[in-house]
Amino acid sequence: MNRIRLFMDSDLVFRFGRDRVAQFSFALFLAFVIAAFAAPLIAPFDPYDPMQIDLMDSEIPPLWQDANTDPRFLFGTDAQGRDLLSTILYGTRISLIIGFCAVALQILIGVSIGLISGYVGGRIDSFFMRLADIQLSLSTLMVAIIASAVFKATFGTEIYGNVAILVLVLVIGIAEWPQYARTVRASVLAERSKEYVDAARVIGLPRWRIMIRHVLPNTLSPILVISTVQIANAIISEAALSFLGLGMPVNKPSLGSLISSGFEFIFSGSWWITVIPSLVLVALILSINLLGDWLRDVLNPRLYKD
Amino acid sequence: MSDSQTLLSIANLRKQFRITADSWCGGGGQVVSAINDVSLEIRKGESFCLVGESGCGKSTLARTVMGLETPTSGTIAYGGTRIDDMNDGARLPYRRRMQMIFQNPYASLNPRMTISQTLEEPLRFHQPGLSDSQVRDKVVTVMESVGNNTSWLSRFPHEFSGGQRQRISIARALMVDPEFVVADEPISALDVSIQAQVLNVMMDARNERDLTYLFITHDLSVVEHFGTRVAVMYLGVVCELADTRTLFAGPRHPYTQLLLSAIPKMDGSEMTHDRMQGEVPSAMQLPSGCVFHGRCPHAKAVCKTDIPALRDVAGRQVACHFAEETG
Repeated sequence: MNRIRLFMDSDLVFRFGRDRVAQFSFALFLAFVIAAFAAPLIAPFDPYDPMQIDLMDSEIPPLWQDANTDPRFLFGTDAQGRDLLSTILYGTRISLIIGFCAVALQILIGVSIGLISGYVGGRIDSFFMRLADIQLSLSTLMVAIIASAVFKATFGTEIYGNVAILVLVLVIGIAEWPQYARTVRASVLAERSKEYVDAARVIGLPRWRIMIRHVLPNTLSPILVISTVQIANAIISEAALSFLGLGMPVNKPSLGSLISSGFEFIFSGSWWITVIPSLVLVALILSINLLGDWLRDVLNPRLYKD
Repeated sequence: MSDSQTLLSIANLRKQFRITADSWCGGGGQVVSAINDVSLEIRKGESFCLVGESGCGKSTLARTVMGLETPTSGTIAYGGTRIDDMNDGARLPYRRRMQMIFQNPYASLNPRMTISQTLEEPLRFHQPGLSDSQVRDKVVTVMESVGNNTSWLSRFPHEFSGGQRQRISIARALMVDPEFVVADEPISALDVSIQAQVLNVMMDARNERDLTYLFITHDLSVVEHFGTRVAVMYLGVVCELADTRTLFAGPRHPYTQLLLSAIPKMDGSEMTHDRMQGEVPSAMQLPSGCVFHGRCPHAKAVCKTDIPALRDVAGRQVACHFAEETG
């Protein structure tokens, strides 16, 4: 209870209460998350169930169009006759799951390496930081394209379809760990020289305990800030990969693969299959980035806006 | 040398810091000599003060004694046992007997831990067998003994002033019932009005718990008030070591003399003090001979060539070739 009271009294909550943009973007983000994870409850159709899909319903325009609409399909249908609204809800869920899990993996790898690197220093530090340099010199997309292509070629498209989420999480997670490692290392270097760390050493606490109990909690605010950017980035990476046909398969579409699948029909007049999921993606990323911007301003007192 | 009363003895201690990294293919970088051949003995029950200007190596000495830095050469023995080359496990019992109070009260408490978490941690670590209620009782006892309100326990460090935080730091050091406490300029970051209060807390703790202090400061009036013996350091070397009264009655080393003449007098009798010339030489290139010869008003040719050893003169130890004449 003490922690909750402390949180409610904090500067963060106070500033949130006074910032319209933050409130709006947080509400939007929350709406996306709830809608996505409640998809099986609120979606009118199950896009994964072939029994509910009728090819005769394909390419029905959204409800507000003049002709050929069907009251069952608010946003129309895609080329396979799936309800676009339901597919978007399920797709957003996949995109968010991949985004969150990939970032969790990045945090796990990056924070551990950054913490050890910064606290232990010396050769271990040099080794990990050169490793980070190498990792950063390969673009995320390149690593992801190679990894998924190799995986697809080795195990076939069938198996890939089943484990696509896992592969995407691994690829995006591993490709971006240096962001965390570098940020955490920089904070650890600053914290390590403070006297409370010396005090813990004088007590005789073992290294790992000083790192986890004393240093790590004091490096959390930059982690929080880059996490917002990284979640947005991970979702974008996933969408890009899916758009290139290397991400989620068409029968389990994420936002990216949905945009991609509609792209073929955009010139035949069925613009909604691409445009509506794109708008959802843009709104989702925008809400996360606005939230991240606000968080960065609040948590960094040296940076103030006019 | 070491009699039964000696608690801590430092012999020929040197500490050097590399300031440029070694290149990949070997070859050393530049070196700063923070401590040069310091030998000291601290006796049980005394408040040993270490004074000197900024950068003279007094904090490094304290950190080396506490094991926060490893000495480049020399030995540190506690109660007759050498501790500087011990591994972490073997050193643990000594960590409990030796504790430290830090200079900056704003950095020495973990901002994410409540006061009770900060205070409980050393006790739970060193005495894992204690029950929760025993730990809590101990925390309350120690908090009260240093004049802290026990309602502070559930709060975080940022809610307290510098003096309050320093008293919490003292409480943390006292949690494990140490017999030897190193205080690294514990009052220099505080307001003058708070300094006396914190100093009194430390003196009370000394009387109640039979503590031995290594007290580091650059404030000579504090030394006169607090210390039983004083060592004056300059550029990593001990210049003069004496009982507080002996030293303040008549310093022998020219550096000590200049230092004491710089204390402002209340009665205005000595408005002019001897001004020291020049700057402290760089610790990267120590002067040959006596480290003080460049600024010493009595320097002769021998001072530039021979390093003066710490020797007994007139009831104290002085590292000066002309200690007999400077009195």
